[in-house]
Amino acid sequence: MLELRDVTAGYDRRAPVVRNATLTVAPGEAVGLLGPSGCGKSTLARVTALLHRPDSGHVVLDGAPVHRYRHRAPRAQRTAVGVVFQQPRLSADPRLRLTDLIAEPLRATGRRSSVPERVAELAGTVGLTPDLLTRRPHEVSDGQLQRACLARALVLRPRWLVCDEMTAMLDASTTAALVRAVEDYRTATGAGLLAVGHDRLLLNRWCDRTVHWDTVTPKRAPMPVRTPG
Amino acid sequence: MADVTAVTASRTHGAARRSTHTLRLRVSAALIAVAVLAVLLVPPLVRLDQQAVDLAAELLPPSPTHPFGTDDMGRDLLLRCVHGLRVSLLVGVVAAFTATLIGTAVGATAGALGGWADRMVMRMVDTLSSVPHLLLGIFVVAMFRPGVWPVVVSVALTHWLSTARIVRAEVLSLRSRPYIDAAVSGGASRWRVTVRHLLPAVLPQAGLAAVLMVPHAMWHESALSFLGLGLPTHTASLGTLIQDARGSLLAGQWWPTLFPGLFLIIPTLAVAGLAGVWRERINPRRRSELML
Repeated sequence: MLELRDVTAGYDRRAPVVRNATLTVAPGEAVGLLGPSGCGKSTLARVTALLHRPDSGHVVLDGAPVHRYRHRAPRAQRTAVGVVFQQPRLSADPRLRLTDLIAEPLRATGRRSSVPERVAELAGTVGLTPDLLTRRPHEVSDGQLQRACLARALVLRPRWLVCDEMTAMLDASTTAALVRAVEDYRTATGAGLLAVGHDRLLLNRWCDRTVHWDTVTPKRAPMPVRTPG
Repeated sequence: MADVTAVTASRTHGAARRSTHTLRLRVSAALIAVAVLAVLLVPPLVRLDQQAVDLAAELLPPSPTHPFGTDDMGRDLLLRCVHGLRVSLLVGVVAAFTATLIGTAVGATAGALGGWADRMVMRMVDTLSSVPHLLLGIFVVAMFRPGVWPVVVSVALTHWLSTARIVRAEVLSLRSRPYIDAAVSGGASRWRVTVRHLLPAVLPQAGLAAVLMVPHAMWHESALSFLGLGLPTHTASLGTLIQDARGSLLAGQWWPTLFPGLFLIIPTLAVAGLAGVWRERINPRRRSELML
C-alpha cells in the first residue's frame, strides 16, 4: 500500500502548495490524479517519490511510515518508487549517453554486472533501438528521451511508479507506446501506479480509478500558484 | 526585401565577429605558445648563465648583443626575463590550479550539502573575502622562509574564494533540476550525485576560472616579490626584476623595468583573450548567435 496521510508540503512553510492531501494506492492499482495546472500535483508527486520532505503528514510505503526523504531516506525505500517527470530534457543529465542514463540507477546501487542485460531488455520494452542508446540527450527527440527516462525508472524494478505528467509533452503515438510499456511492466510485476496529469480522457482510459485534486485535498483554501523550483 | 537585407546584415555581422574571434584566438594562442615554449626550452637549451655578472657591461641599452639591454650588474635582461617568466608562470599555474581545486571542493561541498553547512561555509568565505587578499597573502608568506612554495601557498590560499562562490552558485542551481531528483530516486548517494552529476557540469566554469586566475596569480607573485616578501632576490622572477630595476628607472634607464613589465602584461592579455573566446564558446546563447 502506498499512502499519503494528511500531507502538507511546499517550498515555504507559511504558504504550502499542497494542504492536507490524503491518497491511497493499493498494490497493483493504477490511480490517476487529475488537477489543473499549478495546483501542486507535481509537488505531491515529488513527496510520493520521497524527493521532497512534507511540512506535515506522512507517506506510508508498504506499511512502513517514511521518516526521512531524499538522500536521507533508506535506499531500499527510495528505490521502491520509480519516478518519471514531465520534461525529459530536464530529467536527463545532458552528459550521459542513453545507455548510461538507463543504467545509472543500477550503477548507483552497485549492480554493475546486470547493466548490459537489463539495458538491452528495457530498451526493447520502451522501444529504443541500439543506435539511439549510443546517443546523448541532445541528439534524440523528446519522445525518445522520455522513453529512456521511463526505462531508467523501471530499471530497478520498483514496486510503485509515479508518472508526473509523463506524456504531457508527447504526441499521441509516443503517449500510447509509453502507457503500454508502463502497463506491460505492471502486468508483469504487479506494481502500483500514481499517474498525475490534467488529461481526463487519458487518465480515465489508463487508470483503474481517477481522483480529482479537490477530493484529495479536502477544503479548497486559496492557494498561491507556484511551480516547483 | 527588408528581411533579406536584415538577414544578410546579421550574417555579415556574425561573420565579422567570427573573424575577430578567430584573430583574437590565434594571436592569444600564439603569444601563449611562444611564452610557454620559451620558458620550457630556453633555460635547458641555452647554455648561458642568467646570473653571470659583467660589471663592465652594466646598464647597456638594448643592442644586437643584448636585445633587452643589461641590468645594473651587467646581466643579460632577455635571459633574466625568460627565467623570471618561467618562475612567475610556474607559480601562477600551480597556484591557480591549487586555488581552483580548493574553491571547487569547498563550493561543491557547500552547494551539495545545503542548509546549515552551506551557510556556515559561505559566511566563512565572506569573512575571508572582507580582508584584502594581498594583505592575507603577506601574512601567509611572512610565516615561511622566502621561496617559491610559500608564494604558491600564499596565492592558492587567498584566491579560492571567488571560485568557491561560482561553483556553489552553479551547484545550487543544478541541484534542483529534475535529473538530480531522478538520480536520488535511483538510489544515488550524495557523493555519487556530486561526483557524477554536479561536478562534471561545473567543470567548464571552474576551468575558466582557473585559466583566468593564472595571470592574476602571476601578478600577485610579482607584487609579493616586488615588496621583497615573495621570492628571494637572487631568484629571477618578474617581480624581483622590476624591484631590482626601480633605482635605474629614476636615472633614465627604462629597459630594466619595461621588459619584465611587458612580460607580465602580454601573457595576461593573451590569457584574457583566450578566456574570452572560451567563455563565448561555452555560452550556448552566444554560440547560436555566432552560427548566424
